Amino acid sequence: MKKGKILEHKLVPKHEVMEESEVKELLDTYKIKKEQIPKIKLSDAVIKEIKAEVGDVVKITRESRTAGKFLAYRLVIE
Amino acid sequence: MRTKRIKGIKFGLLSPAEIRRMSAAKIITADTYGEDGFPIEMGLVNQRIGVIDPGLRCKTCGGRMGECPGHFGHIELAAPVIHVGYAKLIYRMLSATCRKCGRVLLEEKEKERFLAEIERQKEKQADVGDVVKEVFKEAVKNAVCMYCGEHQRVIKYDKPTTYIEIDEEEKKRRLMPTDVRERLERIPDEDIALFGMDPKSARPEWMVLTVLPVPPVTARPSITLESGQRSEDDLTHKLVDIIRINQRFMENRDAGAPQLIIEDLWELLQYHVSTYFNNEIPGLPPARHRSGRPLKTMEQRLKGKEGRFRGSLSGKRVNFSARTVISPDPDIDIDEVGVPEEIAKELTITVNVTERNLEAMRETVRRGKKHPGANYVRRADGKKVKVTEINYEALADELDIGWKVERHIRDGDIVLFNRQPSLHRVSIMAHRVRVMPGKTFRVNPTVCPPYNADYDGDEMNLHVLQTEEARAEAKILMAVQRNIISPRFGRPIIGGIHDYITGLFLLTWGEKKFEREEVLEMLRKITVNDLGEPAEAPYWTGKQIFSMILPRGLNLQFRGKMCEKCIERGLVCMKEKCPHEAYVKIREGELISGVIDEVAIGSFKGIIIDRIFRQYGEEAAKRFINDASHLAINYILQAGFSFGISDEDIPKEGEKQIREEAVREAEHKVEELIKAYEAEELEALPGRTLEETLELLVMQELARARDEAGDIAERYLGIENAAVLMAKSGARGSMLNLTQMAACVGQQSVRGERIRRGYQGRTLPHFKSGDRGADAHGFVRASFKDGLSPTEYFFHAVGGREALVDTAVRTSQSGYFQRRLINALQDLEVKNDGTVRETRDTIVQFKYGEDSVDPSKGEYGKVVDIDEIIREMIGAEAGA
Repeated sequence: MKKGKILEHKLVPKHEVMEESEVKELLDTYKIKKEQIPKIKLSDAVIKEIKAEVGDVVKITRESRTAGKFLAYRLVIE
Repeated sequence: MRTKRIKGIKFGLLSPAEIRRMSAAKIITADTYGEDGFPIEMGLVNQRIGVIDPGLRCKTCGGRMGECPGHFGHIELAAPVIHVGYAKLIYRMLSATCRKCGRVLLEEKEKERFLAEIERQKEKQADVGDVVKEVFKEAVKNAVCMYCGEHQRVIKYDKPTTYIEIDEEEKKRRLMPTDVRERLERIPDEDIALFGMDPKSARPEWMVLTVLPVPPVTARPSITLESGQRSEDDLTHKLVDIIRINQRFMENRDAGAPQLIIEDLWELLQYHVSTYFNNEIPGLPPARHRSGRPLKTMEQRLKGKEGRFRGSLSGKRVNFSARTVISPDPDIDIDEVGVPEEIAKELTITVNVTERNLEAMRETVRRGKKHPGANYVRRADGKKVKVTEINYEALADELDIGWKVERHIRDGDIVLFNRQPSLHRVSIMAHRVRVMPGKTFRVNPTVCPPYNADYDGDEMNLHVLQTEEARAEAKILMAVQRNIISPRFGRPIIGGIHDYITGLFLLTWGEKKFEREEVLEMLRKITVNDLGEPAEAPYWTGKQIFSMILPRGLNLQFRGKMCEKCIERGLVCMKEKCPHEAYVKIREGELISGVIDEVAIGSFKGIIIDRIFRQYGEEAAKRFINDASHLAINYILQAGFSFGISDEDIPKEGEKQIREEAVREAEHKVEELIKAYEAEELEALPGRTLEETLELLVMQELARARDEAGDIAERYLGIENAAVLMAKSGARGSMLNLTQMAACVGQQSVRGERIRRGYQGRTLPHFKSGDRGADAHGFVRASFKDGLSPTEYFFHAVGGREALVDTAVRTSQSGYFQRRLINALQDLEVKNDGTVRETRDTIVQFKYGEDSVDPSKGEYGKVVDIDEIIREMIGAEAGA
């Protein structure tokens, strides 16, 4: 597959790098530290594609069978 | 308390220095106890290496029996011996290193390569075994040492502990343990890493023993027999042997005995030390007890099912528990368990005596060993007194506040009840005790499904809870009625089975009429305050009677098991007027239409139970299940219900129809298919070969024949037939079962295909080679009642074997899958904020199940059932 196309694949959910303020809000809602967010590797194909950096938090919007739409968050690590 | 984290575990070998360092005493005497009955000094039951006699104190730590954990001692071996556990490794190391300079026989470059590889594996936390194996394999290939130029000799390993070196002239020389040790000592530290070992914690020469650690006496306690004679542990016996030979060896050597004798003694010492570690070494006769029983030494203690790991650590036994066979008792509540009096007298609950229960406890103790009595009493000073025939009255009078009484369990006590394998949480539930005569645990048949129990000899375990907190927790979380709804599929797992379904089916089916007396008889165990007006005075209908146990105000409608799926077939559902009575409608707690079957009250389905549980709570659901089972049993008892071989009888014309219309026609068609195939007129289906197409069509045809036979049988038998009734109501068995019994067993298969295995071109010598007919490939024309022909019987056995193997394989595989899944998930927790977190509080899922819905509380995949709410709002009026 050609590069740049994977974001359009139907099985790849929407990934977005979150703003600093959004991350703070997220951490406050769950009363957690950044390290407690599930991780995703920098080498992940989508992470490379959206050019996220180590320490960024990525918001993933998925289709959910039970809830319709579901938000997941991933901390980018090496 | 400060918590610490285990960073790592390191395994290594004990060095002689370390063995001496951890030793509390040097053992030189083989004797244990002296004539005075006290342990002798320097002996194997040394007072410095632990105490097992009450009253004595440890000379090392000063602890009494039970306080002192024991300390190691040591034996200085007169000559080194090989440790059997490492004999193979020693052989490989000898072969891989130079006999003169001790270096590993590999070029420097290769060594670097291997070391890097080992390092890489370690970083990955992977096994280094494969790399080490490679090191050994490469090293033995070099016949000349690249460091000192020494020519290597072939070393032969003679199991279990002998090494022989063969020189260039084929002369053999035995390597004594001293030689072996010397060679291993010469291996430099930097080469040891090539064997995947850390030279700091495991030098290879430590595999040749010069000092033997002696385990503390607490690890090998002696037992005193009734005769007052002491019987020592097997390990002690073995150590005695070792010390004796060790001493003889020394004496002989000091006396300058001939080499031959010394070698014999050395061999004997080697034998004793070897069997001390493992008494099941191939090639060595096991050391035996005087009685001829093989001794249980080190490895035997650890290994196998009854060993330390599987037997003592993973499988501990607990107190306050009982186990016996279970048997049914429909007259007890679903959350009760019948406990034999014999067991009730053995299991106790400790009660603190207070102002408020003093009199009651006195009364309990005064009953002594009679059932609701007590076994032990603990005084205020902590002294435990056994309640006996002689002292119970005195104890009862003496009983005071602050004492504790270990009283028998009695009716109403909360206990845990369990059946293995405990695969899901409902395998252990809390029941209320009910003490009864007999020797079995009595269980209400409706709670069989969660335990997956039956009464063909199943045994179950019972645990008596010992603290108030435990009892409260069990009552609130684990009670049977709490667990009626399974968290697995969100439907009741407890419900009617077998006769309960049949009973209610018969009661509510059609327009049954009952007189007042009959109604009262049926309801005699159920609390019903108002019989209401008889529908057809003076008769009450079956549906009316069933309605009496429904909660008032219940509104519900659904399609039962009898439903023919009219809507799916493009027809109109006739609802209340359904000819099969499949449309169950309940209005204001009144059964308006439909018949009660498995879908209504059965376990795993149970729509009515489900609704009552959600709308009226667990107590109401429990009451409903109890009432329904009593009603069902009372009715079926009165109506009578039986099944026998004559119920499989089909009238002559039916039989003829099956044979001639269904079976023969199908066989005819099969023949035609084969003819077409052989004439190459058959057209292949897409993606299949011609042969596959034929097989497929033949299978289809024969399956159709069996179904048709079943339909004919069903037509002749009708719903009045007990087997049909049970199948249709979902009580037991299926129409397929009945078809096979009464009409035609049908095609037998292996891996979804007709049976083809056997001889070349045929399954059995009874058929012609190349015969593709129905008979030759496992079509069983007969019914079980008719009896199978010899060839049919054989094919049936072939197919049956596959089913048997399948279940055996499936259970073990799915068991292992489940184990792995549970191990991975067991520490995850749903927190109060709805997140799923693991033990370090890192989040796994931001919202449990993405919708935060407990499957046992939601409405089958949805948070709420909107249709039902709307119906509730408007339907109650409109539908009335």
